[in-house]
Amino acid sequence: MLRLIAFVLSAFFAISTAYAQDVGLSNAARRAPYYDGLKGKTVVFVPLAMGFDLTEGWAAIMRRQAADLGYKFEIRDPNWSTDAGTRALTSLIAQKPDLVIVHNPDVQSYSRPIKRLEQAGIKVLQVNLESSLATDSYVGADWVKVGYVEADALVKQCGPGTSGKVAIMQGVPTAASNLYELFAYHDVFGKHPNMKIVSEQAANYDPAKERAIMETVLQQNPDLCGVVGNWDNQDVGAGAAIQQAGKTGKVYVVTSGGGTKDGCDNIRKGLLDMTVSYNVPLQGDILNQQIVELLLSPAKAGTVKNTYYTPLTILTKDNLTPRNCWSLSELK
Amino acid sequence: MRALAGRFKVTQEGIVFALACVLFLGFAASLHGFLTSGNIIALVRSVSILGMLGLGMGLVVIGRGIDLAMIATMVVAVSWAFSLAQTGMNFDLALLVGAGFVIVVGCITGILVAYADVPAIFTTLAMGLAVYGVGRAYFFKIDVQNVPDNAGWFSFLGVGRVLGVPVPIIAFAILAAMVYLLLRWTRFGRFVYAIGDNLLAARIAGIPVRNLIVAQYVVTGLIAYAAGLVMAASVASMSTRIYNSTMIYDVLLVVVLGGVSLSGGRGNVRSVLVGTLLVGVLLDGMTILNVSYTEQNLVKSIILLLALIADSVINPRDEQTAQQQQGDI
Repeated sequence: MLRLIAFVLSAFFAISTAYAQDVGLSNAARRAPYYDGLKGKTVVFVPLAMGFDLTEGWAAIMRRQAADLGYKFEIRDPNWSTDAGTRALTSLIAQKPDLVIVHNPDVQSYSRPIKRLEQAGIKVLQVNLESSLATDSYVGADWVKVGYVEADALVKQCGPGTSGKVAIMQGVPTAASNLYELFAYHDVFGKHPNMKIVSEQAANYDPAKERAIMETVLQQNPDLCGVVGNWDNQDVGAGAAIQQAGKTGKVYVVTSGGGTKDGCDNIRKGLLDMTVSYNVPLQGDILNQQIVELLLSPAKAGTVKNTYYTPLTILTKDNLTPRNCWSLSELK
Repeated sequence: MRALAGRFKVTQEGIVFALACVLFLGFAASLHGFLTSGNIIALVRSVSILGMLGLGMGLVVIGRGIDLAMIATMVVAVSWAFSLAQTGMNFDLALLVGAGFVIVVGCITGILVAYADVPAIFTTLAMGLAVYGVGRAYFFKIDVQNVPDNAGWFSFLGVGRVLGVPVPIIAFAILAAMVYLLLRWTRFGRFVYAIGDNLLAARIAGIPVRNLIVAQYVVTGLIAYAAGLVMAASVASMSTRIYNSTMIYDVLLVVVLGGVSLSGGRGNVRSVLVGTLLVGVLLDGMTILNVSYTEQNLVKSIILLLALIADSVINPRDEQTAQQQQGDI
């Protein structure tokens, strides 16, 4: 009898463990091609330079996913040199990575090398600063829209009853962000006869140069109403000049940026009044999505032209929350 | 022309000064708001850092050297000091560490130039790259370093005013006075001229030529560091990106424009001040006129060319200048 009970019990356990092994689904049909399709691939990022908020932020997010999914992620840092960047892209044609992510210094310089990359079968993803040549994908701000948002904000601030005088602070004159924003600024200000552009100078991303320009402009136009700028990292220079002249709050500074904590601190300190943020952490996530899509897609390089304009967040003194202001240590 | 030159002793410095005056009067007459005290202060303030760097460069050029690593030394030392302070070091101590770094870099450059006889232009070109590389690789990761929160008195350097005059202008004036005294009244200064004029003769005369060359690069580095601190204080951050800009050429422009000869031994503090003044008037006027960026660069280069042409007409090359070892760079 005991033997019978033991047999029944052991049979019961055997069945139940076998059954347990069948609980749930492995989903191998979907998981395998996803992970196997990414493993061993190579992605190369050619930024303007490493070492500043935007590129460090994107790279941190992209590196994390690469480590997680088992593809190689490399960076070729040309350190602000367009020549070095062009050389890096040209040498990549021979090295044949699967995907190249390009951050363009201007709309023209890289258009030939990235075309050759695509002809060699290497997919090209452009990030935040586009070339005049469209490639497999672009992820980044819609600069014309950024320009419209900035200019509209100033029109609101500098309506009738104010001097309507505005200064435009360009970044690098030939960069995509600069050219597209300028179009929007002039389009908007041209439609409002009370708006007067009193100065339009380039600061080349250098806050010290911008500070010097702003000081002169303020001397000429003590009743200046607002400033539209290309990048928060440089436009703190305008803010510093305004603060020194004791005109904080009287001259409204509008700019755009990646939404770093440092940029938010500058809003808090009153150096900047409004930043149109293109939200680097969000851009990083979308870049990761595009990397996976491009690596897995059977489409040949250069056949699809995706564009993803990342959402914009308007940062002012009132919404400097941790969600809107990121720091690099959080991303790593 | 030569008779004229003989009578009035026309020098490049004189021409540049005259040019600056003409431009100044022209702008004053034609531009509304140019000749206000506020604008004049803004004008001098905007070039005061360039002028400080010019004083340092002038010193080493008079001693027949050149320091192309000035900007790199400046941005790396200041950024390193800031990043140390951000990680909790006492701010004053961090500034001393930065100064120590500058002295080490100056010594290495000086030893390479003086003892290893490597031409200054190549040594400092390479040193600039090395210093920048070391800084970016090991000292700090982010290329813009904000002034740390525990800086206290520091922001006064950039935004303070004494009797209505911004501190950067005062710093420039004090530094100019110091370099003037150094060059004019100290043994070090006279020896720098002697070395710049004729190195071999200076050596035969018993001047410790090699030690002096090392000292020269250390002093220049320290001047660059001081300029960097003023610059960082006025925008509350130090951007190492300016190493990649044309700033070092602007510094050379200021120096050469005023008549500090690249072949050494000639020029003084006044030459640098005159060069700085001309660049300041030009930049300010063009900003008011809203001249575009590329056109501004064009105008700057044309002015430099005119100054060089005028110099070679008034001070034609003769056997002596042509025979100088290094010649014109």
